[in-house]
Amino acid sequence: MKSKKAFRVIASAIIVFVCLFLLQRLLVPKYVSEIVEGAMIAEYYKEKMDHDVVFIGDCEVYENFSPKVLWEEFGINSYIRGSAQQLIWQSYYLLEDTLRYEKPQVVIFNVLSMQYNEPQREAYNRMTLEGMKWSGAKVKSILASMTEEENFLDYVFPILRYHSRWSELKPEDAEYMFKPHQVSHNGYYMRVDVKPAENVPEGKLLADYSFGENAYDYLGRFTKLCKEDDIQLILIKAPSLYPYWYDEWEAQMEEFAAENDLLYINFLELVEETGLDFSTDTYDAGLHLNLSGAEKVSRYLGRVLREEGVPDRRGEEELQEIWQEKIRLYEQDKEEQLHEITDCAAR
Amino acid sequence: MLFTSYEFLAFILILFILYYLIPAKAQWKLLLLASYLFYFLASPIYVVYIFTTTVTIYFASCRIGKIGEEQSAYLKAHKSDLSKDERKEYKAGMKKRQWHLLLAGLLFNLGILAVVKYTNFAISNINGILRLFGNPGQLDFWDIALPMGISFYTFQSLGYLIDVYRGVVPVEKNPFKLALFISFFPQLVQGPISRFGDLSQSLFAEHRFQAETVARGLQRILWGFFKKLVIADRILVGVNTIIRGSDQYTGAYVFLGMMFYALELYADFTGGIDITIGVAETMGITIKENFQRPYFSKSIKEYWRRWHITMGTWFTDYIFYPISVCKPMLKFSRFSRSKFGEVVGKRLPVYLSSFAVWFATGIWHGASWNFIVWGLGNWVVIMVSQEMEPLYERFHARWNVRDRFFYRLFQVIRTILLMSCLRMFDCYRDVPLTFKMFGTMFTHWNWNIFWNGALLKLGLSALDYGILAAGLLLLIVVSLIQRSGSVRGRIAAKPYPVRFIIWFGLFLVVLLMGAYGIGYDESQFIYNQF
Repeated sequence: MKSKKAFRVIASAIIVFVCLFLLQRLLVPKYVSEIVEGAMIAEYYKEKMDHDVVFIGDCEVYENFSPKVLWEEFGINSYIRGSAQQLIWQSYYLLEDTLRYEKPQVVIFNVLSMQYNEPQREAYNRMTLEGMKWSGAKVKSILASMTEEENFLDYVFPILRYHSRWSELKPEDAEYMFKPHQVSHNGYYMRVDVKPAENVPEGKLLADYSFGENAYDYLGRFTKLCKEDDIQLILIKAPSLYPYWYDEWEAQMEEFAAENDLLYINFLELVEETGLDFSTDTYDAGLHLNLSGAEKVSRYLGRVLREEGVPDRRGEEELQEIWQEKIRLYEQDKEEQLHEITDCAAR
Repeated sequence: MLFTSYEFLAFILILFILYYLIPAKAQWKLLLLASYLFYFLASPIYVVYIFTTTVTIYFASCRIGKIGEEQSAYLKAHKSDLSKDERKEYKAGMKKRQWHLLLAGLLFNLGILAVVKYTNFAISNINGILRLFGNPGQLDFWDIALPMGISFYTFQSLGYLIDVYRGVVPVEKNPFKLALFISFFPQLVQGPISRFGDLSQSLFAEHRFQAETVARGLQRILWGFFKKLVIADRILVGVNTIIRGSDQYTGAYVFLGMMFYALELYADFTGGIDITIGVAETMGITIKENFQRPYFSKSIKEYWRRWHITMGTWFTDYIFYPISVCKPMLKFSRFSRSKFGEVVGKRLPVYLSSFAVWFATGIWHGASWNFIVWGLGNWVVIMVSQEMEPLYERFHARWNVRDRFFYRLFQVIRTILLMSCLRMFDCYRDVPLTFKMFGTMFTHWNWNIFWNGALLKLGLSALDYGILAAGLLLLIVVSLIQRSGSVRGRIAAKPYPVRFIIWFGLFLVVLLMGAYGIGYDESQFIYNQF
């Protein structure tokens, strides 16, 4: 009698657990179509963790730099850990997370997120945080990022957050329940279409141009962590025309870089050197670069990294093989997108 | 801490584990600690109020009890040397002392309730009067916190004090036990208003872990969550759209909002009580039922016997009966019978007592004229239907339909509609607006909203309506089954796989269809505000 009861309890618990697990897998967004940025953070963990350069930041890194160019033309093995509106503390904890797996020679951080001093939007938090593997860094990142409406438990059990998504499920939710869909090329989100930058608006007047205390605190921690691990930190401002980058912000960044003996590159001031042409090198009127623009900027950055002593590893057979496959997928993606554009134009 | 919040679930989970781990004799002490912690987490200042009430009730009840003991001892000691009149006189003197203590306890605690709950209402009325007489001076409103559940725990405490005075329950000499009775956290925020005699036994008893009892409690909690999260919080969006947009949503929308609110209030309040009773049940504590399928009532009078039962009986026992039999009322009864004859004269005191009860019921629900008019509206309907009783009898003598299904259905629908109309006072900003909106149901003829797609513009999608319809159907079916006994009992008699499918299925329904989390407004239980 007792064993029958025990069997019932165990069997019921297994059924409950399996059902909830499957439901959760089904209901969480897969970021396969439309908004794909939420899938990018998780892709890193499938990598061979042996990168010389790791980019960390928001859309201004994952849309403006091409690791493929860095490899092909400079032999630099790099990866971008970026997601949409990635806040500075999220970047910091992503750095902590990255250091659990590897120790790159250079970390490049895009400073646009200095403008945010407190949590912003839940949807963006989700895209950054959900892809992270569970660790102390993830827990801290969640706690630092949650808006008032959010709850930590919803991150632990995403089914609580996405419980009502059953009404908007698509076939892809079942298809990618267990196997993720690759959306980036070493963290780079490729777009080949063109939308010229015209009439880029001037920045609105702000009441206060000072970066917040919290943002500075995390930038300080970022710098300290890199120094402790003997990693060269390079600060960059990617060449996006919008959101507007104010002179006052620039001055603060220059000052911080000088104080901490860091290399700071503002690509907005290097349009000529990089050869960027905002009538052909952006797909959304100056917010982000397209493939052409990203490759131009990457070539410039490759030269800088070479000067900073990042080695050429094209002679390593294993890496060559890995990159060969990556380049094939890169070219395939490019061809498909170009084909789609041609098709659209023909229609 | 909302009953539907993760914090509350974590709170009861930790409490539950500790409750069955510690020695059984310390269980009630743990509950007291937990209850005060629960209240403290809502706001530390609230603890001062409930503590004050507990202390005053404790001392008043102990003193009343002591006087009773003194009286017994005195009478026993002087059994032979006191005449009947002397005994009577002595008893009357002692009763008077007890009465003074009772009165002090009542006035002090009702005074606290009046100050925190009704001061600003009084000020707004005074300001209104000042304006009426052209006086530009206005009194400032008080910035005063309304402690959570103060109406519930004050009434529960006063009920206990009156019962001690009446000798219905023994004095609780342990102040901590009395503190637990007053502050027991599951019922603190929205009742039920328990009686000491009903609750104390299981509240202070030692409970061993019993899987069946715990399972039943969890099932009850789950059912409460279903009502609150799947039905009440989903339909809330529609209710708010209609009520807040009173300029736009007139006529048939008002009718729809009224019916939506009837469903929301039922699911919200009974769901909350299910959670309350379920939480207590998991710890072996029995709380009295507060509802008995009220929407199956065939009259308003019956409805009030089945809706918020503990409040209704409280008002009956502690207000209606005492007023009915108090000396001035008996005097008035004699006067009215001599002036207006037996038939009318006998009824006037009843009307007056009922009036007092419904006025108190109204103002207990909230410090606004809306609630007072709502309470008096109930009184009017009940009195009118009582007066029309002979007419009904004649009708039934002529048409033998009393036991016909369709007539009973008509009565049920009539009661629901009447109650829903009265509840409109809960919804709209003020009394004139409520009357105005009620009037539009007959003047703005826009009933085509039910088929022209307008219903999908109230913040509810077709899917929401589908879920609500299915939820409502389930509520009706469960209520129908309940008439012939406990639904949980019936399910418990089924084979294990069936039970598992039912309860796990319900859990999944709540999990997947509950209106909680981001994208849904976290809503308070409606009765928390009382």
